[in-house]
Amino acid sequence: MSTQRFGERVPRLNDAKLLRGQGCYVDDVPLPGAYHAVFLRSPFARARILSIDASAAREHPSVAAVYTCDDLGPLDQPLPMLSPHPAIIAARTQRPLARDEVFHVGQTVAMVIAVDRYTAEDALRLIDADYEPLPVTVDLASAAAPGAHPVHPDLTDNIVGHFAQRSGDPDGAFAKAEHVTSLRVRMDRSTAAPIETRAIAARWEAATGELTVWDTTQAPISIRDGLASILGLEENKLRVIAPDVGGGFGQKVMLFYPEEILVPWAAMRLARPVKYVEDRTENFIGSSQERTQIHEIQLAATKDGTVIGLKDSFLHDSGAFAPYGIEVPRVSASAIAGPYRIPNVDVEFKAIYTPTVPVTPFRGSGRPHACFALERAMDQLADELGLDRFELRRRNLIGPDEFPYVREGLKYVDDGTITYDSGQYPKALAMIEEAIDLERFRREKDAAAKEGRYLGLGLAFYMECTGLGPYDGCRIRVHPATGKVSVNTGLASQGQGHETVFAQIAADRLGVPIEDVIVAQGDTAAFDRGGGSHSSRSAVVGGNAVHKAAVRVRAQILETAARLMAVPEESLELADGRVTVKGANRFMTLAEIAIAANPLSSPFDRPAEVVSQYGTAGQELVTVGEGRAPGIEASAYYSPSASPWAYGVHAAIVEVDPDLCSIAFKRYLSVHDCGKMINPTIVEGQMIGGIAQGIGGAFYERLDYDEDGIITNASFMEFLMPYATEVPKIEIMHLETPSPANPLGIKGAGEAGTIAVPAVVASAVEDALKPLGVGRFHHAPLSPNMIFEAITRARAKAGG
Amino acid sequence: MKPPLFDYLAPVSVEEAIAARARYQSSALLAGGQSLIPALNFRISHPEAVIDLKGIESLRGVELQGSEIVIGAMARHREVELDEAIFKANPLIRETLGHVAHIVIRNRGTVVGSLAHGDAAAEMPALFLATGGSVTARGPGGSREIAAGELYRFHLTTSLEPDELVTEARIPALPARTGWSFQEFARRRGDYALAGVCALITLEASGACQGARLSACGIASTPVRLVKAEEVLTGTSLETETVNEAGRAACAHVTAPDDNQTTSAFRKQLVQTLVTRTITRALARARARL
Ligand SMILES: Cc1cc2nc3c(=O)[nH]c(=O)nc-3n(C[C@H](O)[C@H](O)[C@H](O)COP(=O)(O)OP(=O)(O)OC[C@H]3O[C@@H](n4cnc5c(N)ncnc54)[C@H](O)[C@@H]3O)c2cc1C
Repeated sequence: MSTQRFGERVPRLNDAKLLRGQGCYVDDVPLPGAYHAVFLRSPFARARILSIDASAAREHPSVAAVYTCDDLGPLDQPLPMLSPHPAIIAARTQRPLARDEVFHVGQTVAMVIAVDRYTAEDALRLIDADYEPLPVTVDLASAAAPGAHPVHPDLTDNIVGHFAQRSGDPDGAFAKAEHVTSLRVRMDRSTAAPIETRAIAARWEAATGELTVWDTTQAPISIRDGLASILGLEENKLRVIAPDVGGGFGQKVMLFYPEEILVPWAAMRLARPVKYVEDRTENFIGSSQERTQIHEIQLAATKDGTVIGLKDSFLHDSGAFAPYGIEVPRVSASAIAGPYRIPNVDVEFKAIYTPTVPVTPFRGSGRPHACFALERAMDQLADELGLDRFELRRRNLIGPDEFPYVREGLKYVDDGTITYDSGQYPKALAMIEEAIDLERFRREKDAAAKEGRYLGLGLAFYMECTGLGPYDGCRIRVHPATGKVSVNTGLASQGQGHETVFAQIAADRLGVPIEDVIVAQGDTAAFDRGGGSHSSRSAVVGGNAVHKAAVRVRAQILETAARLMAVPEESLELADGRVTVKGANRFMTLAEIAIAANPLSSPFDRPAEVVSQYGTAGQELVTVGEGRAPGIEASAYYSPSASPWAYGVHAAIVEVDPDLCSIAFKRYLSVHDCGKMINPTIVEGQMIGGIAQGIGGAFYERLDYDEDGIITNASFMEFLMPYATEVPKIEIMHLETPSPANPLGIKGAGEAGTIAVPAVVASAVEDALKPLGVGRFHHAPLSPNMIFEAITRARAKAGG
Repeated sequence: MKPPLFDYLAPVSVEEAIAARARYQSSALLAGGQSLIPALNFRISHPEAVIDLKGIESLRGVELQGSEIVIGAMARHREVELDEAIFKANPLIRETLGHVAHIVIRNRGTVVGSLAHGDAAAEMPALFLATGGSVTARGPGGSREIAAGELYRFHLTTSLEPDELVTEARIPALPARTGWSFQEFARRRGDYALAGVCALITLEASGACQGARLSACGIASTPVRLVKAEEVLTGTSLETETVNEAGRAACAHVTAPDDNQTTSAFRKQLVQTLVTRTITRALARARARL
């Protein structure tokens, strides 16, 4: 057998194309004669629409159409609620174009279609929309309190839903506790800001009744299914393609963004291709966001530092609509006890409407907040008990022999009981301790202190339930002419490297060089059953489907070859694109086998004659044979019955300049375990990218909504994504505990990097500033201002 | 994010450019475009005409003329930053330019464009004030010199007339026995400064402070000379306590209100810290040049 590619650092197969600028993104799709769409967006958080006069815009010579909700007919209705749940009290989703009222700045109010984007924007300014602004409560805590202005006029408060779950006997644990630590932590609103903004293009072929949609979506199959239903088209008349996509991070999986419905609809109505490319400002006000939560968390412990109970009650900001119901806060609630035994847990939340951009999952999805609450609480508990932070964690980590570890009563978003599958948590902690070299750190810290510099060490664990179901699939076919292997899946890549890891998995089973594997994804014409790429699921669910399909195809190859060569299967070996009879000089290439497995009435070339009636092969093969399919081809689906839990621990050494209130990373370390790694290079890329995004969430990226609900920093000038200069070198240590939950033993790795960073940074800054008597950092992202205020308070206290 | 309709003109001489400006009610000069193009795309700016200066040969280049550095209107930040003769004549320029945006932006953006744009948080206008430079402005009626101290009126507002064009900027070479330093605090490397300070300390042969020129960006509605701090220093022997006092005195120049990036109180601490640090650095360099 050729060398195994699973686990190898195979260079990413798409990089040459992408790095040379030869990718094809939605905006690159050539659509001659296409119209361009732009959207009139609400300038108010809440307002009544008194009138919209689009007559001047309609008269603009370059304008093809202007649509408001009145023009949409049956499309003028609320978009689907994607995650119904009994704990949801008031489900509200938006309409494609606002009717009567607007609910957040940026909400789509009208659509202009013109010959190009320039004139479409000129025409947009000719629309005369008259609003009567309504009072708003933007702040999360205030929006949850009595007296808040309800976002939705038919409701008396802002509660989306109220959810509670418990495991064990939390009240009993708190009654028995020798020490209770309590704190309130908060995380603020942010946005994924993918480098490619959202884009949709559509072409309607009136003659054939076929609609093709190019969409930056992470879930093209879901979009196809939903659009077919909304537009009344047969599935096979509607093709959705997610071509090269420049980052998604959850922001690009929605059913639906208004533009995703309206652009195809307009293309059908106008019988001309229509294109819409979101600009950066629109991405800030029109694409989903995440992260605001306020937690009140308590830990009940014994004096020796055993945490026996946890209570957490939190508020979650849903934005103006809740298309994902209470999914994000449910993820938080599922992750709240982390890698610790904590047998008694009580977690409860309220999801709250605020007149802001809707909240949907963003890389990490509810977990950074839960991690921040839990890990900040662990640090505080350690201090209060006079225990070392590492030691406190060591005492509470679930041991390697305690799996499966079940939290009876706590559920994940798929309603499965939380069951950790495998891991070596104490080993991960030991690895990071050793890598930090605590002795050395203490020496450096002391030396720095003598020079008036402040070094701090922070750490945090994270957990992630990965590989969400229900299923994904794969169809593998060996091509007759070339012997190359097509691997078609329903996933969609936004740059993660699926094409490489899927090829690795298939190449191993099928004994072909990796260059001979052609992965197709992100196109309903390639495969059209499955979920999409989100929830750290593509490698787990898609990868195992590829594996299953490849196992079937391998069996077909061997069985067919055995028949053709009239030898027992056991005597055959599959490697290097051919099947060889062991110990003999006889072989067939995959191309020959694929040709032979597909009987033809007329041969298209000489080799194909073998399987036609003109051929010389045994008569038997000219029929397909009962129970067989022609060719070498198989499909398979993988539908997980258990979830693999990835986890890890991060640490950082930072220097805080107490005068400029800036921080500098001296080291950033991470130990992660995503089960067996298909490709360590790709895993490291995911970790580094995730940590970079986490550093954004820890110290830089914060959407600043003012009290009127306007984002005051909706541009890359003021929304501070860290540059490469702000992201330190990241030291990554791998730990591989195979997951028993799936055949490949893998766990997802896409979101992990982001989760722990805010907790790590807060922990490190707090540690650095302890000598100044500075208190705790319980609000993420941190900022120089916060550090300034904390130091100023500490100095005032020390002085007075 | 698409600009509104405008006429595009590409003059090949200053005279042609000025004549073009006079023909339109409103026009914008396009130098490196690193501030103008975003303003157009956001439709914050909608001039009738954009007049591109890149075809005007006489506006190119940077050179040392005697004790003055003469920077043509189309000299790119990066060109000025990398020029060895300019670096020798006044090393503060390279040190400051290192904080202006990022290399790709400095490859296009121009020093004169930055001086004429007049962003209160921009680094080069602060350097311009500290060094005591001047610009030559040409209008339909001829040329005039505007001293750095006379140029800035408000954030993005200068004393240039709408029909004028800056042909060049002049920055004096570093005087003898003078040390320099530019330091800033920005949230990310290359961002506009929340506060930036330029310090030039000139010593007597004895080592006492003959004169100090300090300026700051990011702390008021224009770049400002930190005269209150300068006064503290002049004539002293620059003891640590004097330097610290200058830092405290400089805080009085912070007039920027609290904004979504930071508070006035924090800006004062930044200015105090940066003033102390830049003076200390400039002093060490001045002493090394005695
Ligand atoms: C991402 C980014 C980050 C940046 N960060 C910084 C930073 O940290 N610090 C900083 O200082 N700058 C920063 N800049 C701005 C950059 O330095 C610009 O290059 C500079 O401000 C303007 O120079 P320009 O040549 O690009 O001018 P343009 O954009 O071409 O013009 C700017 C304005 O000046 C006028 N103008 C230009 N030339 C003349 C002239 N000869 N006479 C009269 N008026 C003229 C124009 O009409 C226009 O109104 C940044 C820019 C970007 C895009």
